[in-house]
Amino acid sequence: MSDLAFRTEQLTKTYGSGNTAVFALRGADLSLPGGEMTVLLGHSGSGKSTLLNILGGLDSATSGKAFFRDIELTRLGDNGLTRFRRDHVGFVFQFYNLVPSLTARENVALVTEIARNPMTPEEALDRVGLSARMDHFPAQMSGGEQQRVAIARAIAKRPNVLLCDEPTGALDSKTGITVLEALTRINEDLGTTTVIITHNAEIQRIAHGVLFMADGRITDHKRNETRVRPSEVSW
Amino acid sequence: MNALDRKLLRDFRRLWAQALAIALVAAAGVMTLLVGIGTYRALYETRTAYYDRYSFADVFATAIRAPNSLTERILAIPGVSRIDTRVQSSAVLDIPGLIEPASGLVLSIPDRGEPVLNKLVLMDGKLPAAGEPDSVVISQAFAEANGFAPGDSFSATMGGVKRTLSISGIVLSPEYIYSIGPGQMVPDNRRFGVIWMRYSEAAAIFDLNGAFNSVSIKLARGASESGVIEALDTLLKPYGGRGAHGRTQQVSYAFLDSELVQLEGMSATLPPIFLAVAAFLVNMTLARLVALEREQIGLLKALGYGPISIAWHYVKLSLLIASAGVLIGWVVGAWATHGMAALYAEFYKFPFLLFQISPDTYAISGGAALVAAVLGSLQAVMSAARLSPAVAMAPPAPAVYKRFILDRLGVTRYLPQGINMALRSMIRRPWRAVLTLLGISLSSGLVIAGLFVEDSLDYMLDAQYFHAQREQATVGFAHPVTPRGLESVSRLPGVIKVEPMRAVAVKFYHGTHTRLGSIEGKPNNADLDRVIDKNLNPVSLPPSGLALSNAMAKALNARVGDKIKAHLLDGSGKILTLPVTDIVQQFIGLGANMDITALNRALGQPDYADGAYLLIDTDKTEALYAAIKAAPGIASVSLAREALYQLRKQVGENLGINRTIFVTLAVIIVFGVVYNTARIQLSEQARELASLRVLGFTKFEVSIVLLTEVGLLTLLSLPLGWVVGYWASAGMLTGVSSDLFTFPLVIYRSTYAWATIVTIVAALISAVIVQRRVAGLDMIAVLKTRD
Repeated sequence: MSDLAFRTEQLTKTYGSGNTAVFALRGADLSLPGGEMTVLLGHSGSGKSTLLNILGGLDSATSGKAFFRDIELTRLGDNGLTRFRRDHVGFVFQFYNLVPSLTARENVALVTEIARNPMTPEEALDRVGLSARMDHFPAQMSGGEQQRVAIARAIAKRPNVLLCDEPTGALDSKTGITVLEALTRINEDLGTTTVIITHNAEIQRIAHGVLFMADGRITDHKRNETRVRPSEVSW
Repeated sequence: MNALDRKLLRDFRRLWAQALAIALVAAAGVMTLLVGIGTYRALYETRTAYYDRYSFADVFATAIRAPNSLTERILAIPGVSRIDTRVQSSAVLDIPGLIEPASGLVLSIPDRGEPVLNKLVLMDGKLPAAGEPDSVVISQAFAEANGFAPGDSFSATMGGVKRTLSISGIVLSPEYIYSIGPGQMVPDNRRFGVIWMRYSEAAAIFDLNGAFNSVSIKLARGASESGVIEALDTLLKPYGGRGAHGRTQQVSYAFLDSELVQLEGMSATLPPIFLAVAAFLVNMTLARLVALEREQIGLLKALGYGPISIAWHYVKLSLLIASAGVLIGWVVGAWATHGMAALYAEFYKFPFLLFQISPDTYAISGGAALVAAVLGSLQAVMSAARLSPAVAMAPPAPAVYKRFILDRLGVTRYLPQGINMALRSMIRRPWRAVLTLLGISLSSGLVIAGLFVEDSLDYMLDAQYFHAQREQATVGFAHPVTPRGLESVSRLPGVIKVEPMRAVAVKFYHGTHTRLGSIEGKPNNADLDRVIDKNLNPVSLPPSGLALSNAMAKALNARVGDKIKAHLLDGSGKILTLPVTDIVQQFIGLGANMDITALNRALGQPDYADGAYLLIDTDKTEALYAAIKAAPGIASVSLAREALYQLRKQVGENLGINRTIFVTLAVIIVFGVVYNTARIQLSEQARELASLRVLGFTKFEVSIVLLTEVGLLTLLSLPLGWVVGYWASAGMLTGVSSDLFTFPLVIYRSTYAWATIVTIVAALISAVIVQRRVAGLDMIAVLKTRD
């Protein structure tokens, strides 16, 4: 195990104010070890996406502190958060969010053109098993392929962390497993700290550790003594 | 109000910025239509009523001296209903407080009562009493410019004698709504005036007792103008008839007419441009709205709303946007039309101005904008009406992009992805890209069409006053003078150089083409008044033959080597047959130049001169002007530098207004097109752009991606805009050129540069306004939902 990647102290996030205030996070404390794959498990509305968004620099906290290594994210402004995302974070979302007018290779190139020390788009696509589909547009690919392009795009800049919000949510189980395999391989080959949000409890078996969330707080955590390969899970 | 209408109003409020951008373009269309039609009608109706009420003549002719007994024979010409004969001559005026000499046009009115034709409108004082010596009425413009009132007086050299004229009244005349003096290009009312005096007085002064030298004719209804002109020419020929002409060659009428043609041209070209652009913008905006509201349309249909109510709902939105434009256009248009009418009232001398914007003008302009908006909305409205509920409620099929030629050539591999996105978007919606490009190109085209007049004028004035007419003054003699007479001119104080000039009135014949004009005799290799070629280099006149101006050559359809017949209009009946030896550049009037010695030889006359061009020592102008005012032999004078100064001053003011209007219109177009295009792209690409922010793109980088397409289209539109501007300018010139002026089509590089700058700056500002919305992109909301 390596040093801590993320650490939060009493992180809260409130939307709105007064009577209409909605508490998404109510003092979440966590420590995420670097280089590991962690699954964040919780029901819909438990606050896991909000937590991931704050860790990824997409959103700001209402109070509390969040650190990436020794950078205090909760003190960064918009420009600082943009810089943080650009230098350190790769995102994978449920709905891929590829640019439809760009081919797979070009979608990845979007990132490699602005990153400091990227791999080539070809290498990134090769790592997710899409060497043969590089010049296809998103509309010409299956959902699983599109998600793998999204993963290639996320890892092409060699990010320190890869944050995945329901990466298999829109996929059937067979396709979902190919996506999880790609994520596992990246984690193992590149040592990228990987956080996967899911409400699918089965997926926790592939991770090093699991965090449980409910009602805006981390309610439990555990470490898997034995991890299974993605191909061994099913749902 | 039903629920759908409430939605309509909310949509309108939400889309206010885009709606305003479209409304402004539509407003520009409504405004230009209102101003075009409104001022055209005001000017046309005022002119018609003025001509009617004050019996403006139909045919005009001058002669050297025709006996009054000829009047009966003229009246007997079939088709002539009324005639008026008079004395017409020029005078050199000495105005109190004006150093330089002024010019006067002297006309007679009958000894008793009023003229039969071209009646005067008495604005102040009274007409001269019969038999009252040296009593005159003067044109109002001249009176105003010099501060004259009835009872004032000024001096005039007429018929070789200097007299003091006393002003009995101030008048307007339908013949001189617009009046320019000799050698002037625009009215200079301080230095030129029309003077009327009783016939007996004028006839005595100009030695025309029992005779006349000018006749005006009113035609009977249905009479043939050309028939009357022909008969009149035959009657006047023995008396030095200078060739009769209709209204179209009467300067004041022709000038007003060219103004009317320009207004007509403006109403025919500008409004359709703006309304077409507005229709395109409505189309683009509504198409996007329908795409965004796909699910709502499906829901409404599922609830039982029929295609017609859905279609009407979106048509109403386009009507609402257009109505905003109509209101703005009406308000600004009414204000601008009033402004134009005020300008006309100042520039042209009318006794009254029939000006009101009629309800049908409002109806036509407003209706045109509404129709344009509905036409623009049709495509989107139809697609909304046709959408089946089941299809509508399902997400739309994903956008399909294909590889295109640059992909196959491998070019796209080397381009930044922002450019690839823009290129593929243009290829996916080629019509939208083409129309956007065309729309933006109209902007630089408009700027060029608005500004080129300054270039053309500048070029023309430079050619006219610095290459051709380099003299500072021209004097006309009461009678032709010999070289000895010229010597006395050169002895006038301050005269450095004198060049003789002859002007012989003729009617030219070439094949079936005829033209009234004059042959101008000039010394070969003249230094002051030169003949120039199209490169503005001086041309040496051949020892015989005519050097025709390009406009005259065109009017006579003549080429070098052709033989032209020139019928002298001095009553001699002599005809000269002259070869065309050169075609030269001349921007003002129709010219036919000849070596003065050759001309005198052809006329069988000694070395006569009708006038002289002068180079003046500018330190001694005051003494010279005083001498000219006192010289009995000088019948007319024109001051080139003064004319140039007046022209620059007057035209400069008008061009300033012109420039402001065209640049404003251009900015409205760019703003309308660029703002809407960028807003629609922001809406279409919100999801992709938010993803880029997530990937770590800064707001600036995302803005660049968003604006690349519209930026590329703006850049591509520029050369097209230059071409559009060039052709629009050429088109405008054909409406402006007349026998009075031949405007060269000259567009300086600086004008192209201005057009480019205006378009780019307006596009940049529009882009910056849209770009601020990039900051508002909600990364989280966008990423959580399916497109």
